[in-house]
Amino acid sequence: MTGPVWDLFLFFLKLSLVAVGGANAAVPSMHHEVVELRHWMTDAAFSQGYALASAAPGPNVLFVAVIGWHVAGWQGLAASLIGFLGPTFILAWAVAMLTQRLAGDPRMAALRAGLVPVAIGLILATGLVTGAAAARGTGAEMAVAVLITFASAVVVWRSNLSPLWALLGGGVLGLVLLSQ
Amino acid sequence: MTARPLAPASPWVESVAVPKPSAPPVDLPLNPPPGPAQLFAAFAKAGLMGFGGAQVWVRRALVEERRWMTERDYAEILGLGQVLPGPNVGNAAVMIGRRFAGLPGSFAATGGLYLFPLIVLMSLVLLWQEFADDPHVAAFMHGLACAAAGMVIGNGLRMTGRLRPPPELIAIGIASTLAAAWLRVPLPLIVLVLGPVSIAAVVWRGRRGTGVGA
Repeated sequence: MTGPVWDLFLFFLKLSLVAVGGANAAVPSMHHEVVELRHWMTDAAFSQGYALASAAPGPNVLFVAVIGWHVAGWQGLAASLIGFLGPTFILAWAVAMLTQRLAGDPRMAALRAGLVPVAIGLILATGLVTGAAAARGTGAEMAVAVLITFASAVVVWRSNLSPLWALLGGGVLGLVLLSQ
Repeated sequence: MTARPLAPASPWVESVAVPKPSAPPVDLPLNPPPGPAQLFAAFAKAGLMGFGGAQVWVRRALVEERRWMTERDYAEILGLGQVLPGPNVGNAAVMIGRRFAGLPGSFAATGGLYLFPLIVLMSLVLLWQEFADDPHVAAFMHGLACAAAGMVIGNGLRMTGRLRPPPELIAIGIASTLAAAWLRVPLPLIVLVLGPVSIAAVVWRGRRGTGVGA
């Protein structure tokens, strides 16, 4: 491995272990390095790649695969993903080993239980921030967007329907009400 | 008060037993633990469905559909996954896979989670120029993005309802939400400040509720 593939691997390896909060939290760092410092991607390509990765199913972390592919093709894709996910895999593995070994320890129980409200609070924040970002367009379009977000939240919260129906309903409502 | 042993991990879930008729049953028996192939299938489905957050779908598959783990178990693993670097659901996949099926389980869950979404995403990247200018596609994706945000919010509320946390932990959850969404405090700082506060609250509730020191 030479050149950009190796650089990609090293960059995402370094970024991996400081990316608390996942790929979304690391996007500003990626933009700084990939667009501003190294000129690997244009600003437009970066934004479009991020939008696609957010719209596509699956974890948003796959955005790093899009960056890798843009910079160095399939080798770049593999180097970026392995660099970004490898260290977190090993760390999560080690923490799982530790928690299972200390399963009976009340301090570990308190640690595990104590992180739950913070985690759920941060997940709610993610939903609110992405919901606010999606509430764009004219006044009427913003109202429709907020209504879709609200209705979807209520359906997923209070009913046992598959969230797929909420997503599909949101898409169809968008198609009908948000087309210019 | 008889000193009940501080048995199943966190004391607060059991201590507040207010019945909530609308909530789906929480205490159904769990199914036998899955092997790597079942883990791969479950995480692959969750990854492919996972618009706007695969975490929502992983929880639904593991807790509600296949009943491999309890709501509390899942929430605690996700909590660890959230404070570790990297995607919370990716970290959860490693930890859940290890717990049920060791290293093969971790690889199966991780592979399932990422493989198919990666194929879909790269197909989109390669084909996107044909769709990018179609206003119908853009409008559909806009509505979908709104619904996905709502789904993430609804899922967080659903977990909270089923976990029935005491008021001090609800307050900490709301503080985390406000700090991240409104004040835009960096996530590591929120975890470093509110994490210990929350752990202290759990210990305090455990001492008060059961009379057993933590």
